[in-house]
Amino acid sequence: METNDLLISITEKSGVSGYEQTIQSQIAEIFLTFTNDVKVDTLGNVIAKISGIGDANRPSIMVTAHADEIGFMISKIEKGGFLRVLPIGGVDPRTVLAQEVIVHGKEDLLGIFGAKPPHLLQADDAKKAIPLDELFIDLGMDEQTVKESVQIGDIVTIRRKAIPLLNNHIAAKAMDDRSGIVLMIEMMKQLKRLHIQADIYVVATVQEEVGVRGAITSSYSILPDIGIAIDVTHGDMPGVASDLVFELGKGPVIGYGPNIHSNIYELLIKTAKEENIPYQIEVSQGPTGTDARAIQVTQAGIATGLLSIPLRYMHTSVETLNTKDIKNGGKLLALFIERVDKQFVEELVCY
Amino acid sequence: MLLKKLTEANGVSGNEDEVRRIIIEEITPFVDNIKVDVIGNIIASKNHHLSGPKLMLAAHMDEVGFMVVSIESNGLLKFRAVGGIDSRILVSKHVVIGENKINGVIGAKAIHLQKRNERTIPLTIEQLYIDIGAKTKEEAEKTVKIGDYVAFVSEYLTMGDNYAKGKAFDDRVGCAVLIEILKHQFDMPIYAVFTVQEEIGLRGATVASYAVNPDLALIIEGTTASDVVGTDSKHYVTQLGKGPAISVMDRGMIANPIFNKYITIIANNNNIPLQVRQGATGGNDAGKIHLHKEGVTTGVISIPVRYIHSTNSIINIQDYDNTILLTKMFIDGVSKTKGMTI
Repeated sequence: METNDLLISITEKSGVSGYEQTIQSQIAEIFLTFTNDVKVDTLGNVIAKISGIGDANRPSIMVTAHADEIGFMISKIEKGGFLRVLPIGGVDPRTVLAQEVIVHGKEDLLGIFGAKPPHLLQADDAKKAIPLDELFIDLGMDEQTVKESVQIGDIVTIRRKAIPLLNNHIAAKAMDDRSGIVLMIEMMKQLKRLHIQADIYVVATVQEEVGVRGAITSSYSILPDIGIAIDVTHGDMPGVASDLVFELGKGPVIGYGPNIHSNIYELLIKTAKEENIPYQIEVSQGPTGTDARAIQVTQAGIATGLLSIPLRYMHTSVETLNTKDIKNGGKLLALFIERVDKQFVEELVCY
Repeated sequence: MLLKKLTEANGVSGNEDEVRRIIIEEITPFVDNIKVDVIGNIIASKNHHLSGPKLMLAAHMDEVGFMVVSIESNGLLKFRAVGGIDSRILVSKHVVIGENKINGVIGAKAIHLQKRNERTIPLTIEQLYIDIGAKTKEEAEKTVKIGDYVAFVSEYLTMGDNYAKGKAFDDRVGCAVLIEILKHQFDMPIYAVFTVQEEIGLRGATVASYAVNPDLALIIEGTTASDVVGTDSKHYVTQLGKGPAISVMDRGMIANPIFNKYITIIANNNNIPLQVRQGATGGNDAGKIHLHKEGVTTGVISIPVRYIHSTNSIINIQDYDNTILLTKMFIDGVSKTKGMTI
């Protein structure tokens, strides 16, 4: 599948944190087209291994992107059959009003996020955003049918068909971080034509949005020499300080700071320069809000890197990116991996 | 599917072309005469040579939406509402711009970059913009221009127990009812009017009633249904699944009591559920039509719509079917006795 079609297809699938089975089986199938060695661990991480051609002491490199997305859990069935929800992950309640959702009841049901209509609001109400606990999902069913079809604890996914925009831009839900998954797939395509010494573990992690939990267990079991997290970072938009955001289409963003091993950072920069791949730099002053946060402190420690895709409107249903950044990121990562040898790994502890 | 075709078409007030084309195509086989007037109303007639009260049926083609008001140097579009839209529903939505339906999205600052209290304050339309993927003003201007109309994108889908969701049910449901009605034969003169610019002040109906000069008028509307959790039942206005709703009064008119009595009898005689709109909010083309010349005996039948004026509204399909049935029975009755004989 072409990159854009693949991205559209996997963003439209449901995979709220903890309930990634559907999306993970699609990802596992895609991984299987690159290697026969694909496993699923206890939490649901999908781990593909591509063996390198180096000798027994060859380096091992883990690359992760998270498959999960933010969503909701049914917390109450109200009189009339309206559903109350709790958020799973960071949801801005202002972004969900009038949104289509899929309620994963006995079967998948189409629903709409509703609220008390505006003509009933007091003048002051219109100045207040509606908090999530005053919103509800309408299934267009009477209470009895709702109770037969849905129960408390059922999961809800935002429904959004991806929207192609101008200049290789696409808007969709769950670009955070399905675009990272697509970047890893691009990387695997590139790896095929390269001579790679290292063993490569490609991991689609779970439960990132609720505390990078999939990365904790997958890093522990793989224990690579190098771990690179692939995630999204904030795209430029009005009203946000320019140092916090990155331009769409100006290249993948290489992370730097205490969460990142400087040798990895420097080799990523060097690779980008040598290969004429555009890049941007993001400096984080503490643990990043990505899988890299967990990878670095796994077991006795793993040298960690971070590569991000600029994304506008993160955690809305119209997360927007430029697919050139995904392709360039995949290429950069593959060519970085080509440059990793035993000496590079040995030098990771030469402080 | 008529409702799908009509609601997925765009017709923001002042720019009803696409809806008008569909309606003309749909009704042409069933009417004697079609005229489009100078502001864009469709006036279609059947049996205009027959004697009897001249009945005007009206539904409005237009929907609420937006216009592009400026193109910023960064390629983003500033926009303003056409008609009444609660700006709190704008964030995180898909829209299309202009004749070529250029895709755009209305984004918002990521939750990660917000201060805690920002989440409690709604975003106003002035703070929002449409992103079409253009990086500069020049690039954006190749595909969109100032003044382009902007409409929500929303698929018509059935859901739940015989419900449907989509945009612009207000008032494409009315347009669809009129189209279905025109497929039947009646023994009296009927003028079906598909009006423009209802959402910005009943402007199409003002001139259409002048042109038609009816004896009797029936407006088919999509009206508010607030029958949701957290709303006291006295504020429901209407309820989904309880049948078509007649208006006693709204902001613009007091319905003719004989009309309401007559329609109630018709509904009862035919076992069609009927509800009465609670309260006096809202307004529609009847507000203009009933004041035409010496006055026109006017009534309104409405289909309840939850989350009206939003990207995703919900209707009960049975209410829609019953509205068609009730309207047909009403016309049959009037036609038989040459008036509303009780």
